Amino acid sequence: MSYLEYAVKSTPSGFRKFLYMNWPLTLLLISVASAGFLMLYSVAGGSWMPWAEPQMERFGLGLTVMFIIALVPIWFWRNMSVVAYLGSIGLLIVVELFGTIGMGAQRWIDLGFMRLQPSEVMKISLVMVLAAYYDWLPAHKTSRPLWVIIPVLLILFPTFMVLKQPDLGTSILLLAAGGGLMFLAGVHWAYFAAVIAAGVGLIATVFNSRGTEWQLLKDYQFRRIDTFLDPSTDPLGAGYHITQSKIALGSGGWNGRGFMEGTQSRLNFLPEKHTDFIFTTLAEEFGFVGGITLLILYGLILIFCMVTALSTKDRFSSLVTLGIALNFFLFFAVNMSMVMGLAPVVGVPLPMVSYGGSAMLVLMAAFGIVQSAHIHRPR
Amino acid sequence: MKQRKPKPQGLAYKRLPRRALILGGLQTAFIGGLAARMRFMQVDQADEYRLLAEENRINIRLIPPTRGRIYDRNGQIIGQNSPSYRIVIVREDAGDIDSVIAKLSDLIPLTGDEIERAKTEMRRSAPFLPVTLADQVTWEDISKVAVNAPALPGVTPEVGMTRQYPRYEDFAHVVGYVGPVSDYDLSQIEDPEPVLRIPRFQIGKVGLEAKQEISLRGKAGAKRVEVNATGRVMRELDRQEGLAGADLQLSVDADLQQYAQARLAGESAAAVVIDCETGDIRAISSAPSFDPNLFVRGISVADYQMLTQDKYRPLANKTVQGTYPPGSTFKMITAMAALEAGVISPSSTVYCPGYLKVGSRRFHCWKRGGHGSVDLETSLKRSCDVYYYDVALRVGIDKISEMANTFGLGVKHDIPMSAVAAGLAPNQEWKQRVHGQDWLVGDTANASIGQGFMLASPLQLAVMTARLATGRAVKPRLVRSVNGVEQPSGAGEPLAVNRNNLEQVRKAMFSVSNSRRGTAYRSRIITDDFRMAGKTGTSQVRNITKAERAAGVIRNEDLPWERRDHALFVSFAPYDNPKYAVAVVVEHGGGGSKAAAPVARDIMLQALYDGTPPLEAYPAGDRDRIKEQQKRLEGDRRPKARPDEKDRA
Repeated sequence: MSYLEYAVKSTPSGFRKFLYMNWPLTLLLISVASAGFLMLYSVAGGSWMPWAEPQMERFGLGLTVMFIIALVPIWFWRNMSVVAYLGSIGLLIVVELFGTIGMGAQRWIDLGFMRLQPSEVMKISLVMVLAAYYDWLPAHKTSRPLWVIIPVLLILFPTFMVLKQPDLGTSILLLAAGGGLMFLAGVHWAYFAAVIAAGVGLIATVFNSRGTEWQLLKDYQFRRIDTFLDPSTDPLGAGYHITQSKIALGSGGWNGRGFMEGTQSRLNFLPEKHTDFIFTTLAEEFGFVGGITLLILYGLILIFCMVTALSTKDRFSSLVTLGIALNFFLFFAVNMSMVMGLAPVVGVPLPMVSYGGSAMLVLMAAFGIVQSAHIHRPR
Repeated sequence: MKQRKPKPQGLAYKRLPRRALILGGLQTAFIGGLAARMRFMQVDQADEYRLLAEENRINIRLIPPTRGRIYDRNGQIIGQNSPSYRIVIVREDAGDIDSVIAKLSDLIPLTGDEIERAKTEMRRSAPFLPVTLADQVTWEDISKVAVNAPALPGVTPEVGMTRQYPRYEDFAHVVGYVGPVSDYDLSQIEDPEPVLRIPRFQIGKVGLEAKQEISLRGKAGAKRVEVNATGRVMRELDRQEGLAGADLQLSVDADLQQYAQARLAGESAAAVVIDCETGDIRAISSAPSFDPNLFVRGISVADYQMLTQDKYRPLANKTVQGTYPPGSTFKMITAMAALEAGVISPSSTVYCPGYLKVGSRRFHCWKRGGHGSVDLETSLKRSCDVYYYDVALRVGIDKISEMANTFGLGVKHDIPMSAVAAGLAPNQEWKQRVHGQDWLVGDTANASIGQGFMLASPLQLAVMTARLATGRAVKPRLVRSVNGVEQPSGAGEPLAVNRNNLEQVRKAMFSVSNSRRGTAYRSRIITDDFRMAGKTGTSQVRNITKAERAAGVIRNEDLPWERRDHALFVSFAPYDNPKYAVAVVVEHGGGGSKAAAPVARDIMLQALYDGTPPLEAYPAGDRDRIKEQQKRLEGDRRPKARPDEKDRA
């Protein structure tokens, strides 16, 4: 049975595509984003400006983008994977050469109406190109060294580009997402064992490089690691963020301190309260109940992606959906670990909640691909 | 659309669902971990974190208490809190600080130092905190700033409280002054109250202000405010009012004090007036004095040098801190000691040939020719020295010293002023202990007429006189009431001395100023109801050498000021019903009868009449001169307009 045949027979067309969308996923995304609007309204001191309103506009835009992408058949996106990947690499090079400096890192391209962060686009492009690669690669070749080297290079090149910006958080996310996709594709587990062993070795090397001429991480990155390991060493400096974040989170208690009543965020003890630390505000104002609710919503999003991935027979669709879900998971897992003092402050926003245009748009586009895979799945 | 071949479903393809489930399982486990961590922090440790959050946001700010005021016995204000103006700048409101400061310095005088200090402070503190640009600014300058406010963003005049002494020099030595807490002050106080750490908080530095610091200061209140991360106050949560400092009422009569101060002007002198009935100090003046307000503001180096280099020592409080050989004013004590010991009777006589030979040394009477046969009354009236040499040698120093203590000499009186001296009434044990030498008979002879080791402060002499006048252990009282609560009276218990002996001594003191041959007859009071009893004293500050004696006694006026005799006079009045005791010491003033007695008499009359006395109170021959003097002093006492006074008006 040819792909064309079942595509023609069973994929919905026209307006019916809307009915075949993964609606629970759509509703979950809207709920999470709404929670974000509420928190942005709160941290602005009870005002839709300067954050909540632009965020809503962007979410509206993101939703539109998601629908448009969802309506285009998944195989088109598969064919676009390589283009997307090369385009992202190109953007990374552009940002390297002409990017705007922000927060000590070269990360943005100013497009006038928004700031484009190529590393965000790269997260999705990487997943797409790897999924397309394993879709194209005959299964029996998956674990052959030569065919393992190619995806590794595909992962490492953008990772190093991002690391150079420097954006440690995103480069780790890229590495993890890429590795995760290779794992899903069925690469032999021995490779992963080897990489993990090498990784441990690398970390040891990185730490040994400290203070030498070939230092691999910036001083601020080392300091972040130091304060992560022992925030009390620098309670007013670098450790301040983590300490204040933990205080805010812990003081929320079971029910929270009430909407717009969080003293830590309202009185500016929390750093970056509208971006990286927005979960802390939520946990402070709505307590354990609020925090766990958001976590459950995130978990449900993962589950509905999983449903899409496992109900399709198309390998690209499965891989790209799972890859996007993994990316999404890494986003919020790293962010939450960070604000709870379980991970260093690496500057990863909370997906769909933190204020930030390009991250949200890219995520919505990615979910558009998931939706497309869901609509156009071979049945 | 491009045709697509179905991929063979085998091998690695089959692994996908399995791997997806493994990865899903890992993700679920991680989410579970996050949930557990959240539960641990928000449920198990919530209270600790809540406490930390409260500590973050709640700040306790002190409300400085209002310092207690000081009044005289009639309610006239002596120490008060008056508004002081300063100009502050808030960095975040000012924008371009340099241009704002430049504009401001065109309007009001600003020194480069002040500007530099303010700029440094601004760099260090949060942008919303006001920084003082100029302190103690005149009202005129404040108005200029207020009028030009639109051109001076971030600059505001502020009003604070500062101590002010409206009686200027008159109470400098009594009340002292306050000043901002210094690091040295803090190091002297064990466990200092937090309020002392408020910048520029004023505490008593000297005098009553220092001694009564605790009750004058009051208790600081506190307010709990909510602050944000940068320390800006967002709102006040609650406040607990402090306790204002206690108002003190002095026993001193400000008008009398002012008179005494004016009467002493031009001399280096001290005068103390004590109420015999209550021990109230009605006046306690040390001249020259200084303006305590200078110290509150921070005295300039030039002004300070002027005060320290003056040979009349205006900073020294001569009333309690200065000790002088009491000279002949001590003779009452020697007489009392001898009478009590029974070695003399009031009528027993001693022959004065002009000297007494003690061992190989001659002790001279001030009158070279001698007084002839002298009894107690004559000895005091004419101040015969030989009489006292003689009786003292019979009584012995220890009894004299004991009697001196009974009358408050050599004893530190408990009054809240700085550096209250104990004086000295020496005995044998003291000389052995301090000098490691035996007491000599010559020492007794010297001590008997208040010379040698003997030292007393004007306050002690006034107390001695009050005790002689009343026969009670009068204790000086400076603070009459605290916050309206009357302090214990200083009337004292009757002294353990024979009434009759005391009466004899008092009678002799009466003769001193009322008998034609008395040493203070010229400074008597004529008014019958106000008859005064007293005793003159002239105490040497140098030893008269043999050579000098051979060359003939040099007249005091011919000596340099520092070597002239101290003039002393103690008195009480009215004789029949003693009301006031007055002691006057004029440093290097010459003879007591000439330099001290008229001053004491004038002050006494002023006290007795509670104002300017009628000329009829004075001996007829003196009235013209006294009239002149009263007119002159009246002029001096008119409230002086001060430059800074005009500025504030």
